[in-house]
Amino acid sequence: MSTNVIPGNANKDVKLPIYMDNHATTRPDPRMIEEMMPYFGEKFGNAASRNHEFGWVAEQAVEEARERIAKLIGASTKEIIFTSGATESDNLAIKGVAEMYKEKGNHIITQAIEHKAVLDTCKRLEKYGFRVTYLPVQKDGRIDLDDLKRAMDEKTILVTIMAANNEIGVLQPIREIGALCHERGVLFHTDAVQQIGKVPFNVIQDNVHLASITGHKIYGPKGVGALYVRRKSPRVQLVAQIDGGGHERGMRSGTLNVPGIVGLGKACEIANHEMAEESKKIAALRDRLKDAIMGQLDEVYINGSMEHRLPNNLNISFAYVEGESLLMGINDIAVSSGSACTSATLEPSYVLKALGAGDDLAHSSIRFGLGRFNTEAEVDYVARRVVDTVKRLRELSPLYEMAKEGIDLTKVQWAAEPTH
Amino acid sequence: MAYSDKVLDHYTNPRNVGALDKNSAEVGTGLVGAPECGDVMKLQIKVNPTTNIIEDAKFKTFGCGSAIASSSLATEWVKGKTVDEALGIKNTDIVKELSLPPVKIHCSVLAEDAIRAAIGDWKKKNGATQNQAQPAPVEQRA
Ligand SMILES: Cc1ncc(COP(=O)(O)O)c(C=O)c1O
Repeated sequence: MSTNVIPGNANKDVKLPIYMDNHATTRPDPRMIEEMMPYFGEKFGNAASRNHEFGWVAEQAVEEARERIAKLIGASTKEIIFTSGATESDNLAIKGVAEMYKEKGNHIITQAIEHKAVLDTCKRLEKYGFRVTYLPVQKDGRIDLDDLKRAMDEKTILVTIMAANNEIGVLQPIREIGALCHERGVLFHTDAVQQIGKVPFNVIQDNVHLASITGHKIYGPKGVGALYVRRKSPRVQLVAQIDGGGHERGMRSGTLNVPGIVGLGKACEIANHEMAEESKKIAALRDRLKDAIMGQLDEVYINGSMEHRLPNNLNISFAYVEGESLLMGINDIAVSSGSACTSATLEPSYVLKALGAGDDLAHSSIRFGLGRFNTEAEVDYVARRVVDTVKRLRELSPLYEMAKEGIDLTKVQWAAEPTH
Repeated sequence: MAYSDKVLDHYTNPRNVGALDKNSAEVGTGLVGAPECGDVMKLQIKVNPTTNIIEDAKFKTFGCGSAIASSSLATEWVKGKTVDEALGIKNTDIVKELSLPPVKIHCSVLAEDAIRAAIGDWKKKNGATQNQAQPAPVEQRA
């Protein structure tokens, strides 16, 4: 790692652009790519071909990957179902449980800052007659367990609450949620995409019945994921959502993506060996970034709990500066913003809105997602560019000027835009 | 999204950033947008009282790059124009000049609003000033 970076000169030590958007996706680890390669070529067999060498080779690779994934999360191999990624895993878990247990009840509980793969799946089930409770989150981004307790009734069949949020990195109290579900005989699904490989996750200790995983957030390939489905105490049953040849114990038909699965397995194996060290290193980099920014700028606010948070996440609002204009100023750095201008819907981040911070701070937010390949020199460069750009944009900001004049911005009568 | 060269240029080198004395009778101030919507523009003009020509213009904008560019361009365009000529600037002209994509059209609308608000403020002030100077009827402020 390149240390001893001379401030103001840091760009000499870094290669641009810098990637710091690791919640969106991660750079495939070269060790992982190497292991996948043969399965694009000479080891091309169909894992379902039971009667020849090509099939056996593929099947063996798939089973080894299954073992590696199971090991990372404390599951057994028969509990791992391969999918095309976490969107599919979330859909299969929620719709599959809803359909299987609909005689028992029609109530599902989730929370406001889930990924759209969960929220929109729940919305669809509402159209089919299911009742869904969307729990609010507290200021720190975590749900209140008492809210969950109050929301549960005799018709509740499923609670689906993510392990770690993809925007603010906040960790939900899944172990407590799982214990509560266990006690009440309700199934517990968690979208563990962002936590896997960063913070220890164990389906037994964390009382999880179903868990979604994806390859591309853990330095593995895109388009491949898995769903953990518990086999005992309780034995979870699902109605398949994709019908066909009956692959994956009938829960997910379709010829297996062997190279992807091999890559996912390798990514899990690497995570298993390196997570403890790596998370310590990344947390130190993240804190270095946070301290540099907060030491040089006033009125910056961290979104979500710092205590219950992924080691690689920093989500900050820079008051009086709009997020997209900030991204534009640091265009040699890949990060993302909760600003409306950067979203397809032209709405500011629903996650930040759910924290109750106010839309203006949502518009001003930047998400830094650090990862395996970031260096100290990169962090120093990013901090410097962010600080300079925020200062420049504040000089351009009428809000900053007004705030400095002592005007309370919340009391101003704003002329709303005619186009809104 | 890729930005046009002109947007990038105005973003990197915004013209006429700053503030004019908002209490001066010659200065009109327009403040449009809202922080919750993600853009706020403040545009100010200084008008020569005898010629009605806009001699100076300044802006500050909280908003995306296109909003900054739209308001920067607006200050360039109003300068040297009479108040009435400046009212003829249309958001579509800004869209064309900056090659704004459809999702950014509201930035140009806001810039047009800012020009109108600044002129409106100046007119109101000058109606008031005239009002004080000559207590004669002054219904016709525009
Ligand atoms: C929390 C969370 N869930 C689900 C997904 C969707 O994963 P995939 O891209 O594998 O479908 C993502 C990533 O976009 C995510 O961050």
